[in-house]
Formats: sequence, C-alpha cells, structure tokens
Amino acid sequence: MVETVLFVIFGIAAVGGALAMVWARNPVYSAMGLMVTMFSIAVFYVSNSAHFVAAVQVIVYAGAVMTLFLFVIMLIGVDKAEDRSERFRYQRPLTAGLLGLFVAGVLVAGREAWTLARPAGAAEANGTIENIGDLLFRRWLLPFEVTALLLIIAAAGAVALAYFRGTPDEEEAEG
Amino acid sequence: MTVTPGWYMALAAVLFVIGGSGLLLRRNALIMFMSVELMLNAVNLTFVAAGRELNVLDGQVSVFFVMVVAAAEVVVGLAIIVAVFRRRSTASVDELAELRG
Repeated sequence: MVETVLFVIFGIAAVGGALAMVWARNPVYSAMGLMVTMFSIAVFYVSNSAHFVAAVQVIVYAGAVMTLFLFVIMLIGVDKAEDRSERFRYQRPLTAGLLGLFVAGVLVAGREAWTLARPAGAAEANGTIENIGDLLFRRWLLPFEVTALLLIIAAAGAVALAYFRGTPDEEEAEG
Repeated sequence: MTVTPGWYMALAAVLFVIGGSGLLLRRNALIMFMSVELMLNAVNLTFVAAGRELNVLDGQVSVFFVMVVAAAEVVVGLAIIVAVFRRRSTASVDELAELRG
C-alpha cells in the first residue's frame, strides 16, 4: 500500500520533471526538472530495496552531475533565445510517430517478460552495501577495475580539451 | 493493487521516450545532453526493477557501471560543449555545421 502511494506520487513527479526538462525555455528550469526526476528515481530505488544505489543516485547524479550541469549553464550563459522552428518540416510528426511506435513495441513485447513469476521461496535480493560490495569486488572485479581506467581517461580527456587551445589565429588556420 | 516491477518498467519506458523526444526536438546542446542523462536513468530503473523481479543483485551492480560511464560521459561532453562555446559562442547544435558536405 505504501509502495503504491509512493509510486503514484513520485511517478507523477518523475514524468512531470522530465516533461518540464524537455519543454522549459530556460536551461536552469530544465536542470531543476531533471533533478526532480532523479530524486523520484532514487525513491523508486528504495522501493525496490536498492538502498545503496539510491544513496549513490542522490550523491552522484542529483549532487555531482547536476551541479556540473548548472555550473556549465552558468558558465556559457543562459540562452533563452533558442530557435524552435524546425528546418526539416516532418521532424515533429516523425518524432511523435517513432516514439509512439517505441512505446507500443515496449508495451507489447514486454507484456510477457514483465509477468515473470518470482522463484518460490527465494529470499528478496537486498541491495545493502555489504551485498553489493561482495558482488562488486568478487564477481565483477575486472569490470570495476576497467571503469577506474575509464574514469582516468575521461579526466585526462577533459583536461586536454580545456588546456590545449591555440591562439585565435591558429584556430582559424585549423578550421 | 500492488506495484509489480512491470509498473516500474512501464514508467521507465515513458521516461526514456520523454528523454528521446528531448534529444530529437531541442537544439540546445546542454538540454540534449540532459535528455541523454534522463534516458540513462530510465534504463537504470529497468535494471533495478528487473533485478528485483529475478531476485538477483547483478542488476544493481550494472547500475553502478552505467553511472560510472555516465559520469565519464558528462565530464568529456561538458568539456566539449564548453570548448565549442569558446570558439563559436553558441550552444545550439544547428549552428555547428562545419562538417557538412
């Protein structure tokens, strides 16, 4: 019962936040809408007994990533004068059609998979730090190490993009 | 009425589609980027819901890897957006047509 109430409230919040993100003219409002959606998804994680993932969602996504987004929005300025006319006149109908087709496909194809019966007598998978860590540092150790490499490469790439910029003349010569 | 994981997956599909529509309809590179983040979040929700349905924790571990890749993507993507903005003074993807044929 509690889960149903939470699902309805935060489901509406998540969809509303996502729609606000897509439709808001001001990028700051878009970021706020996305933040609402991310908090709602964190609530869903708790409902699904993924407690640690919920904490990471709030800290990493709603905290770090959205702060970075807001930082960049403030850095490059709030651009409200976005041209909303489409150069390709079928873009909007085509978008609606393709996405409607996708939803229909997911709903039809997923109808079977979504009604899987839970194995009888199995304990509920509980996403505590202990259980997650056990899995992450035993079974998924190699992928975990590879993600460390990925993060280093990403940090080096960001530094390279920010650091190596030529004078305007060189940039003209490159272009 | 109880909330089955299927409901979470349906909600995730809706969020994924909203993210996809943002990616297709908006011009501002930052908002397109946020749409991609929304789509990644929707997929994460399906991972957790499916993991609960199947009674395994691997779904939640997958969410961690998706989050790491998304964080790396945000770092590099925002650096690219800032670098492009320095050169062209715009964040609109329609203005960036240097590679047109």
